[in-house]
Amino acid sequence: MRFLLRRLLILLLTGWAALTLNFILPRLMPGNPIEAMLARYQGKLSPQAVGALEIAFGLNTRQSAISQYFTYFGHTLTGNFGTSISYYPTKVSTIIASSLPWTIGLVGFATIIAFVVGTALGAVAGWRRGSRLDKVAVPFSVMLSAMPVFWISLLALYFLAFRLNWFPISGGIGTSQSMSISGIGSIISHAALPAITLTLVNVGGWVLLMRNSTVSVLGEDFVKFGRSKGLPERVVAYHYAARNAILPNFTAFAMALGFVVAGAIFTEYVFSYPGIAYYLLQAVLSLDYPLIQGIFLVIVVVVLLANFLADMLYVVLDPRIRTEGRS
Amino acid sequence: MAELLEISGLTIGYGWKGRPMVTVVRDVDLALGAGEVLGVAGESGCGKTTLALAASGLLDPPGQVLSGSVRFQGKDVLSLSPKELRGLHLSEISMVFQASMNVLNPVMRIRDQFLDAMKYHGVSDRAEAEARAREMFDLVRIPQRFFGAYPHQLSGGMRQRAVIALALVLHPKVLFLDEPTTALDVVVQRSILQMLNDLRRQLDFGVMFITHDLSLLVEIADRVAIMYAGAVVEEAPARELYEKPRHPYTEALMKAFPPLGGERRRLEGIAGQPPDLRHLPSGCSFAPRCPKVIAGTCETIEPPVVEWSQGHRAVCHLCSQEEARVV
Amino acid sequence: MRAFFSNRLAMVGLGILVFFGLVALLAPYIAPYSPTDINFTPMLPVSANHLLGTTSQGNDIFSQLIYGARASLFVGLVAGAIMAMVQLVMGVFSGYVGGWTDAVLSTIVNVFLVVPGLVLLIIIAAYLPQRGLTTIIVILAVTGWAWGARVLRAQAISLRDRPFVEAARMSGEGRWRIVLGHIVPNMFGVIAANFFGAALYAVLAEAGLEFLGLGNINSVTWGTMLYWAENGDAVLMGQWLYLLLPGLCILLLGTAFGLLNFAVDQVANPRLRRN
Repeated sequence: MRFLLRRLLILLLTGWAALTLNFILPRLMPGNPIEAMLARYQGKLSPQAVGALEIAFGLNTRQSAISQYFTYFGHTLTGNFGTSISYYPTKVSTIIASSLPWTIGLVGFATIIAFVVGTALGAVAGWRRGSRLDKVAVPFSVMLSAMPVFWISLLALYFLAFRLNWFPISGGIGTSQSMSISGIGSIISHAALPAITLTLVNVGGWVLLMRNSTVSVLGEDFVKFGRSKGLPERVVAYHYAARNAILPNFTAFAMALGFVVAGAIFTEYVFSYPGIAYYLLQAVLSLDYPLIQGIFLVIVVVVLLANFLADMLYVVLDPRIRTEGRS
Repeated sequence: MAELLEISGLTIGYGWKGRPMVTVVRDVDLALGAGEVLGVAGESGCGKTTLALAASGLLDPPGQVLSGSVRFQGKDVLSLSPKELRGLHLSEISMVFQASMNVLNPVMRIRDQFLDAMKYHGVSDRAEAEARAREMFDLVRIPQRFFGAYPHQLSGGMRQRAVIALALVLHPKVLFLDEPTTALDVVVQRSILQMLNDLRRQLDFGVMFITHDLSLLVEIADRVAIMYAGAVVEEAPARELYEKPRHPYTEALMKAFPPLGGERRRLEGIAGQPPDLRHLPSGCSFAPRCPKVIAGTCETIEPPVVEWSQGHRAVCHLCSQEEARVV
Repeated sequence: MRAFFSNRLAMVGLGILVFFGLVALLAPYIAPYSPTDINFTPMLPVSANHLLGTTSQGNDIFSQLIYGARASLFVGLVAGAIMAMVQLVMGVFSGYVGGWTDAVLSTIVNVFLVVPGLVLLIIIAAYLPQRGLTTIIVILAVTGWAWGARVLRAQAISLRDRPFVEAARMSGEGRWRIVLGHIVPNMFGVIAANFFGAALYAVLAEAGLEFLGLGNINSVTWGTMLYWAENGDAVLMGQWLYLLLPGLCILLLGTAFGLLNFAVDQVANPRLRRN
């Protein structure tokens, strides 16, 4: 319990820090972003757009920096991210709300499948260290994780969608379909390539991590003891080796999720998949600051929450954390 | 007395790819009878742990048995299949390793670690298994409330006792104990040894007790064997060894340890280092450090095995020919 | 050291690295044309004159591929080294000193950990007016150091409590001397593995940024090549080699760093060593 409380505290602290970072970042950059925006759009910005910028940045020049900060804080907590510039007059929160589910589905799928498959494979490879499986799995996993995700997405798009027509070329759902049960088939076929490429690129990392973790657990005394009790190999492999080897993987979860989200940026871009990462990229390329800020924040919050979930799972799996014991 | 465990001419080596084999146990003959305690003493690295591992069928590569046999109730342990060996472990032959505090699986409750062992050795009724396990808890004097606890919730001494309980729960006939109390403080040491003695009387198993602390063995062992550089240099009933040690190494060992009880004595170390097993000196392996070395003989000629009628034998040039019979 | 050279994975990784190094060094001699020469007819297919065809701007693809090795290798090694350095300083210092410094630094690390590095990278790249390889290297160093710092910090902490460090402290050795003379030398394995990991990340991240057009789109890098391939409708024109090869090179270089990372870890980490 104490562990979870501590993690919750870190979560809140990190969230606050990220928020502040979001506030500070544009101010650190050379030049005033609003002036830069005005210059770029050469005065075509309406007063409302400028107002949207001000809300997003908290850059109300009539206020002091401190009160700007608090205004910004207040706005953020109430979900007021202002209005998008490139998609004017749509509000940032609307864009986020409509695109977030797509990304969560994609990223969620990729993360979970990559984790499950990668960990399982890594455990077997580590258990049978030095075997042919291990000797093949390791370099193969290294290669997979060195694969640029945008490249494999491009190739998949070109060969499987464009040339072979097995999958649609872009979008989240067919234009004639609706977001309902009947549209599920279309949703899946549109999500297939992005999901597969994203998973592929992330599997390797888990394989290597779990393999190394298993190998080092196998050297522990309690594994040898488990064997010396005369237990069958698969019992030792699962209850003694794997159950212990998987623990460090949860601490690596933070990094892993970050990678998947980052990878999603590329995948959604290449496949024109209407997720939040896609819009982030559009926002960045068109310098739509309110949208950038809004999405950035949401990404951070979601990643933080996912991490907290992973922490909770960790507590369930490692009794040493759960029960304050004496050593 | 029918011998429970017979080790004959056992020679064990450690071999790595591309490197010459290092012999760590040379031509060892030992026997253990039911209900008997055989102590095996020697410095670190003398091969006693390797000996025990091989004798209980737990020797893993790079260690391998080069020659000799280990017969348990007539059966050759070394030629059993892995499955047969597994059946033997814990139910007939048990081993308690050095530093057993870390030998328990940290993510499993202690109760479950008892139950899984019992289940795989034929005690299918869970209630009966639990009852027997709890009974062992009482015998080793661990409070029942720790039965469902996790290992980290017990103190080091309790964990050691739990491991001993686990080793005995299926009433094996032979128990190997490798430095079971070295990592514990003297008071706990005493109580554990006491408990082991009581258990032995109750359950009537044979014990091979391995340690570097000779004074301990003198108190609890029936017979003691002294090992040096992988070979047995002296073996005798405990009392006899204490009163009339024949081998200079045995004498030196005695002088190096304080007795658990009794008056304080001046301690003396043994000069020099144990030999490098890769380059054993010719002749007697103890000659370079022996205070009673016979120049010209000991360094060149292998010492003979000399036997006295009280079941006492030593491997040394010093032993007088008239009293003994050279084997 | 000997173990390293007898490790097959390490040798493969090293081999690939050396290969690309040679390509990068000898580029002027190997490439048939200058990569920035746009005098050729655009969108030519594969031919004897242009082994991989030409881009939509008129550059020879094959020459670009060869010169691209320079950029990726440069970014990988330099950004990798800088990141590794930052990680080392932050991690070891935080771990060894402990106390409030450690708490503050760790919180900072946690923040950077949670924010996906690449996301931050992209956003910062958007804010900056100037974009070139050096800029990319700098932002890589600023955003990508968190995880390695945490790993090194853990190492430093475990070393700090070892008896020989204790002894050095007792005998009055200065803090910096202890860190530099005792702790760091014992961490060479982890540091080296970390360096290769950072290099891998740098190569992929830089390529990613270039691909998105957030780098200098006039530079000659593999990522930029893919940017132009995508934007120049190589997909539609069937120039699949143009699509395949730059990415393959990134993959190979990345694999080299990845293999070295894994191999160094295998050699240096006592728990993974074959005994």
